Amino acid sequence: MATQEPDDKLISTEVSADETVRNERPDETVLAAKDLDVYYGEDRAIDDVSIEIPENKVTALIGPSGCGKSTFLRCINRMNDQIDVCRVDGDVVFKGKNVYDGDVDPVALRRKIGMVFQKPNPFPKSIRENVTYGLEVQGKPATEGDVERALRGAALYEEVHDKLDTSGLDLSGGQQQRLCIARAIAPDPEVILMDEPTSALDPVAASKIEDLIDTLVEEYTVIIVTHNMQQAARISDKTAVFLTGGELVEFDDTATIFENPADSRVEDYITGKFG
Amino acid sequence: MSTPPMDELFGDIDLEWEHRKNRAFRSLCFLSSILGLAALALLIADVLWEAYRGVSEYDIGIIHFITSTGSVNPDRAGMYGALVGSVLLIVLASIMTFFIGVGAAIYLEEYAPDTRLVRLIDANLANLAGVPSVVYGLVCFGLLINGPLDLGRIILVGAIALALVVLPIIIVSAMEALRAVPDSVRNGSYAIGATRWQTIRRVVLPAAMPGIMTGTILAIANAWGQTAPLLMVGAIASARHVPTGPFDDITALTVTIFDWAFRFQDQFHVLAAMGIVGLLVVLLGMNMVAIYIRSRYEKELS
Repeated sequence: MATQEPDDKLISTEVSADETVRNERPDETVLAAKDLDVYYGEDRAIDDVSIEIPENKVTALIGPSGCGKSTFLRCINRMNDQIDVCRVDGDVVFKGKNVYDGDVDPVALRRKIGMVFQKPNPFPKSIRENVTYGLEVQGKPATEGDVERALRGAALYEEVHDKLDTSGLDLSGGQQQRLCIARAIAPDPEVILMDEPTSALDPVAASKIEDLIDTLVEEYTVIIVTHNMQQAARISDKTAVFLTGGELVEFDDTATIFENPADSRVEDYITGKFG
Repeated sequence: MSTPPMDELFGDIDLEWEHRKNRAFRSLCFLSSILGLAALALLIADVLWEAYRGVSEYDIGIIHFITSTGSVNPDRAGMYGALVGSVLLIVLASIMTFFIGVGAAIYLEEYAPDTRLVRLIDANLANLAGVPSVVYGLVCFGLLINGPLDLGRIILVGAIALALVVLPIIIVSAMEALRAVPDSVRNGSYAIGATRWQTIRRVVLPAAMPGIMTGTILAIANAWGQTAPLLMVGAIASARHVPTGPFDDITALTVTIFDWAFRFQDQFHVLAAMGIVGLLVVLLGMNMVAIYIRSRYEKELS
């Protein structure tokens, strides 16, 4: 589809038919941050961020390196708890519950909010064991059907169905990343966080993941950090732009952000004037 | 176009001195490696020759040597009792150290907060691994035989002495194996809603196990060759004694070899050489198992 871009479009936001249907759905907030600050020791990584993320949509977090977009993502499933010097102020509300309340067990939270990392990190186990891991730690026996469903959901089943017992590490980088997606969706979470999931992959493997995200969002809410603006424009419904200092500068429909941003700094960033 | 002469292009670069230094250093390194190997080869050749004399000159049957117990008469002396003692010592020491050692390593690597005390313990484990083994023997003698407890000169005390010798080695090597498991894999497990223990048991330990096993086997091979701590806790040599359990009198192969080597009859010296060959065969076997485990699982990580 090589159509001539109108001059006022900064980046093409050509949408698929699915996405158009999706855009007509009303936004139901599933996750929200309220006045969120995050510090690493003395350094502020997130500066007073408030955002409402809609259910069953793809929300992209973009911004220059070090702008706090990954830190924000890791606040949502409390992976920042692993870092000793990290301190979080403010609320992250998941379905009405602040995940930083004292009675929230981060382990339970992460069973509802899955995550895919920048570098594919399958376990040094068989493909099958990688997929069933999430169910097994919850004490739920995984059936062949669960394995197939998760692998099909990650568009990997056709490629690996005859070698489920070989090591996940023998797969190619792109396949490993889809295995990690299968692993994340097998326990059927509600939200999937993706931290630059295609930046370590070649363009073909990356485009497979992008297509996959388009189908995942039918069942899950996807929040994706990316430094690739074209990718954000292609796959997301909503885009949040973070700028240096951990400030959320603008959050709106993706089309609005890329075609008609309200903040001049966002326009400068998108057109490559800085960042 | 003709090729310009070498001098025209590179004439201003003089590398002769650099190349000479390179050759000199290469020869030096080659010599060092050969010297080490040669010394080892000489030692093994000497022991093998002595042992061969035992079989040919004194007509000592290998089976007879392995199955008969020690005696003052060199014709009837064998390593059976000493071998049983050594095996008992090693098995007991392994049981005592493996779980404690791996447990300590897991705590220090996976659970312990990064405090000054933990860092102090961390740093001193390597020092403990370097303490001469005779010191551990003395400690056991002072505490368990000639001190608050008097357990006597039994296998168990020897095993405790050996356990003290190898414990820091096992902890340090297990910690290294755990550290080699990439954090990305741990995070993958936490991010899917696994607890810390689930992550350790299902992901980290299986991934680190080949490294832990290799380190443990090498540490136990080290214990197998220990003599000094066993002498300190009163191991008896070449008695007609075959130990039957942890509370029996202590005897060991290394101590028996030590004793034979200082007898005046030549036949005992030959017996010592045969004992050393037996000792080396077991050591070599353990090292080969360790190398096999390492090479078999090496590529599976990262």
